[in-house]
Amino acid sequence: MLRFLLRSLLLGALVCSTVLVASFLLSRASGNLAINIAGPEASAEAIAKIQHELGLDRPLPVQFYDWAARAAHGDLGRSFLFHEKVSSLIATHFPVTFRLGVFAIVLALVVALPLGIAAALLEGTMFDIAIGAVALLGQAMPSFWLGLLLIIWFGIDLHWLPIAGVETWTGYILPSFVLAFVAIPVILRLTRSGMVDAMRADYVRTARAKGLSRASIVLKHALRNAAMPVVAVSAVQLGFILGGSVVVEVVFNIHGLGYLAWESIGKGDFPVVQAVVLLFSLIFVGLTVASDLVSALLDPRVRGA
Amino acid sequence: MSPVLEVRDLRVRFGAMAAVRGIDLAIERGQTHCLVGESGCGKSVSALAVMRLLPRGAKLEAGAIRFADEDIARLPERAMRRLRGDRMAMIFQEPMTSLNPAYTIGSQMTEVLRTHRGMGRAAAVERAEAMLARVGVSAPGMRLGQYPHQLSGGLRQRVMIATALLCEPDLLVADEPTTALDVTVQVGILKLLADLKRDLGLAMLLITHDLGVVARIADVVSVMYAGEIVEHAPAGQLFAEPLHPYTRGLLRAIPVPGKVKRGEKLATIPGIVPRTEAGFRGCAFRDRCGFATYECAEPIAARVEGAHRWRCRLEAGWREAA
Ligand SMILES: Nc1ncnc2c1ncn2[C@@H]1O[C@H](COP(=O)(O)OP(=O)(O)OP(=O)(O)O)[C@@H](O)[C@H]1O
Ligand SMILES: [Mg+2]
Repeated sequence: MLRFLLRSLLLGALVCSTVLVASFLLSRASGNLAINIAGPEASAEAIAKIQHELGLDRPLPVQFYDWAARAAHGDLGRSFLFHEKVSSLIATHFPVTFRLGVFAIVLALVVALPLGIAAALLEGTMFDIAIGAVALLGQAMPSFWLGLLLIIWFGIDLHWLPIAGVETWTGYILPSFVLAFVAIPVILRLTRSGMVDAMRADYVRTARAKGLSRASIVLKHALRNAAMPVVAVSAVQLGFILGGSVVVEVVFNIHGLGYLAWESIGKGDFPVVQAVVLLFSLIFVGLTVASDLVSALLDPRVRGA
Repeated sequence: MSPVLEVRDLRVRFGAMAAVRGIDLAIERGQTHCLVGESGCGKSVSALAVMRLLPRGAKLEAGAIRFADEDIARLPERAMRRLRGDRMAMIFQEPMTSLNPAYTIGSQMTEVLRTHRGMGRAAAVERAEAMLARVGVSAPGMRLGQYPHQLSGGLRQRVMIATALLCEPDLLVADEPTTALDVTVQVGILKLLADLKRDLGLAMLLITHDLGVVARIADVVSVMYAGEIVEHAPAGQLFAEPLHPYTRGLLRAIPVPGKVKRGEKLATIPGIVPRTEAGFRGCAFRDRCGFATYECAEPIAARVEGAHRWRCRLEAGWREAA
């Protein structure tokens, strides 16, 4: 168990550092910050001066080391656009995205688990086939398009829900639904196939031979085994949802982390971009490790090892 | 005394395929009834039909299953659930996969008592522990907290047996309970089953394709072929005087210590088992039988002589000719 944990942590650290180097190189290659700051008419000397002040004239490995060393001490630098510390920008934007992500994954589970179980129990019936078709359609639908459709129906035509912002909690409903929509087919299909396998398993036949109730057979014996991969995948899906929040926050004009990233990429504000990338990759790795951990804890065969 | 289980003319189909074609079985208290036959002859399907646990796609076409003074062949699922695990119990071939990997032995045992007896946790644990000790599991208290993967195959099968017997059922159905186990472990499990049957007065339906197992444990034997029982007799009588050519062939296919010479092949029955669709007539063994005549394609009536019952139209002299 300990070895297992150490291995996932090491793997996570490797992934994080790779992502950081890549984002660092990409942000340096995508444009010259000094030119952006100085303006298009600035002289070469002025640009060189700014480059020197910001330390951009040093070799890239030195710059990266410098950035990483500061980041390791919690200093993520300052935003050029907002004239604010990057850390405080993140502190104000993160909770919005976090809430959105949690609502979305909870919504996805609440919808996908019962439907997946029902489809498995009704395997091969019209219900099962219909659910499978809807899931496939859902997966093919781009989230920005769904978001716009929902804004038009529920926001503009029906006036039921706000179409932008999260000033009231109702503002979260449409964007969480759009985010959940991406995860629902994945969780649903995994639940269904896991439950189909479990219901055919010998231990379910044993449970029936013991005269247990239908509820105990389905919810205790079958679901417990089918749930292991579902839990793991849900954690990873939460990562995808957070990543997908970039598009959804822009469509719904919600000022979360995704919106911040989109804005700073557009304006070349790369200290912010890099900090957001760092945070997202940390969260993603953290979720992956957590998913491994939770599935290990759920599976006695791994837990004991 | 009326039998614990009495099956009459049981028929099960998978689509057009007739898997069980009208079998009769009766098992009394304290009796081990062995159902033998080649792979695919319908042993498991018959057993599952008795438990009313047939898989999807199987249709219980006809027949009466008398158990606990009622015909359970048409009993609603809710009522069957009350019988299963309580009055009738079943154990399976694969002790590895028949236990749920996600729950402890204790949890999987006590749920039976909680369901059927409404026992509290402490009482159920105590009873489960005693039952594990009864079936020869060492350190039963510790086993209750273990998971199936921590147990050996033989121990798992003992756990399955203990679980099946928790509510002191009248009938135990055991589908190849030793097939997946090592030979030395097999002997222990068979001995345990024989002891339990005697001590608890169980009626036991034991399925096997191993005549060695039959010789060791059976009181009564039914030989199954292509969905039918072709011969039925008390064990001693069946081994001494098999009346159906198929039984005879099966007996020849068992190695007898000291009689088989090294390098000599055991007798096998040539040919394959026919697929029996609905409406199949005559003796299903006729294509593989050295004594078959054109009359064997006609329906074969069951013949009875004392406790011996068989389905073959050959006269008693056929064996001398063999
Ligand atoms: N789920 C199923 N779907 C379709 N046919 C089945 C199914 N289960 C069993 N059968 C068919 O029913 C017949 C009897 O099968 P059964 O499992 O009872 O054989 P068996 O005597 O137990 O054999 P074995 O010794 O291999 O366990 C076989 O021909 C098999 O093909
Ligand atoms: Mg079988």
